[in-house]
Amino acid sequence: MAHATSSAGLPALELGQAPGRIDPVLLLAGLAWAGAAALTLLWPNATDDWAFTEELAYLAAAAAAVLALAGLLPRAPGLARLRRAGPWFLVLGIGLAVWEIATAKLDLLPRPFFAPPQELLTVYIDDWPRLVECVLASLGLLVTGYLLGAVTGFVTGLGLGWSRLVGYWVHPVLRLIGPLPPVAWLPVAFFTFPSSWAASVFLIALATFVPVTILTWSGVASVNSAYYDIARTLGAKNRFLVLKVAVPAAMPHVYVGLFMGMAASFAVLVVAEMMGVKAGLGWYLQWALGWAAYGNMYAALLITALMCSSLVTLLFKVRDRHLAWQKGMLKW
Amino acid sequence: MVSAALAPAALPPGMALSVERVSHGFVLQDELLPVLQDIALDIEPGEFVALLGPSGCGKSTLLRLIAGLEPPRGGRILADGLPITGPDPSRVVVFQDPTLYPWRTVWDNVALGLEARGILKSQRHRVDQALELVGLARFASALPHQLSGGMAQRAALARALVNDPRLLILDEPLGKLDSLTRLTMQGELVSLWQRAGFTALMVTHDIEEALFLATRVIVFSDRPARIVEELRVDRPYPRHRDDPELVRLRQRILERLGLGGSW
Repeated sequence: MAHATSSAGLPALELGQAPGRIDPVLLLAGLAWAGAAALTLLWPNATDDWAFTEELAYLAAAAAAVLALAGLLPRAPGLARLRRAGPWFLVLGIGLAVWEIATAKLDLLPRPFFAPPQELLTVYIDDWPRLVECVLASLGLLVTGYLLGAVTGFVTGLGLGWSRLVGYWVHPVLRLIGPLPPVAWLPVAFFTFPSSWAASVFLIALATFVPVTILTWSGVASVNSAYYDIARTLGAKNRFLVLKVAVPAAMPHVYVGLFMGMAASFAVLVVAEMMGVKAGLGWYLQWALGWAAYGNMYAALLITALMCSSLVTLLFKVRDRHLAWQKGMLKW
Repeated sequence: MVSAALAPAALPPGMALSVERVSHGFVLQDELLPVLQDIALDIEPGEFVALLGPSGCGKSTLLRLIAGLEPPRGGRILADGLPITGPDPSRVVVFQDPTLYPWRTVWDNVALGLEARGILKSQRHRVDQALELVGLARFASALPHQLSGGMAQRAALARALVNDPRLLILDEPLGKLDSLTRLTMQGELVSLWQRAGFTALMVTHDIEEALFLATRVIVFSDRPARIVEELRVDRPYPRHRDDPELVRLRQRILERLGLGGSW
């Protein structure tokens, strides 16, 4: 009998180990969100009766329920990432409560510049078709310009690193226009191109082109010359040296250029949309500002941030896959 | 240019090489720095020749000229009677650094020469054979940064051998290996050379290594390099490092290099 109990006690002991225990941080986070939900619902708004106040409270309550459940059921599959983000959920819950109190409940911040959280919710619920349209317009513009700039930049950089003739003609041009912020071309671009869309594609492409060109070039220029010697003694011709030696060896540099180009393209996208294009997130921001619709502005700003950060994450994923051979080497 | 694939069947597996009064130098700050001076050297097919000399004397430069990576400033070099005009896969170099491409697996690195010549598709088995030959068959899908120094140099050797070179040019290929790996690979090199019958030309600064491997040892002077001594090492393989004849030859080489009293 004693034998049976001791063997039965073993799994129970395992259950008590770290991964099986109730997660106090997630529970606390759930509590914070529940608190935010309660004060949103029960504490009357200071001045206006903000629309969607109740709905915001229910959403916060739902989040609280999910977090608390995850805290109580730590064995459920797929919760490892949630648990790692526990402290963040806690801080975000507290942040939501503070934001709600400072705006809707106590009116501490000057209006209309600071919108309460339910105002953002209102925008997303009422204006989502237009926001989706703007995201698609921005993405279309950005992707077209970025790909155009990245491809031409890559080819130009390769030419600069490889051919003396290309270097002779392109290098001075690059020296001259490279340091110029692409936005400086804005007025010229808008009256040179047939449409403001085409002008914006050109500007985004230019913003991407310069860093991609320079980094591809420096990547090709810094290839270990012994790599070429090896390939040449093994019978490689020029085409092979470019495509199978120079390009793969330069790829880590090229990706640095692609990241820099992406950051530059975001800047140009927003400015171009604010100045001339009649669609997109930049245009939405400008339009919201014009109508003093600050809630709309914050809502669009949040979406813009999410879009840009998703694109950067995507590029990181592509890079890590493509440069998997670098594993174990220093990566920035 | 005679490439291995096109060479008539009558040619022996090893290449005949003749270096005719070759001089070479580099321009440094508008001044010509002479590196090689009037080098004349004839190598028979199937010989294993070691070039020995003080470091920086120009031995490696001579190898680059023979590989066809640079043309000599004076004189000419003939491979099987024809002047060398550029690199060719029948004359393959193994450098001191393995310089494997870090983005390619070991297999793809070894396949480099066949791929560059566009014959990889029909000759894939040769890559497997070359990996087998150097004992890396199990590491075919490894990446270079996962290999030890000795394994990387073995992969570099396989990358050369897969092309069935008629002249294997070895530029201190064992220079950076630890002494145990080095001894093992010296033995492996001899048996590879004996089996395949290629001509081997090796630069080394290790007298013992030269005497252990080569049928002929050429001793170079300080820069600009001249040939100061040629020794035929007429001993059967496998050799023993304490063979009295080899010990005698080593003494003579040390004297020639001005180090006679140090051993």
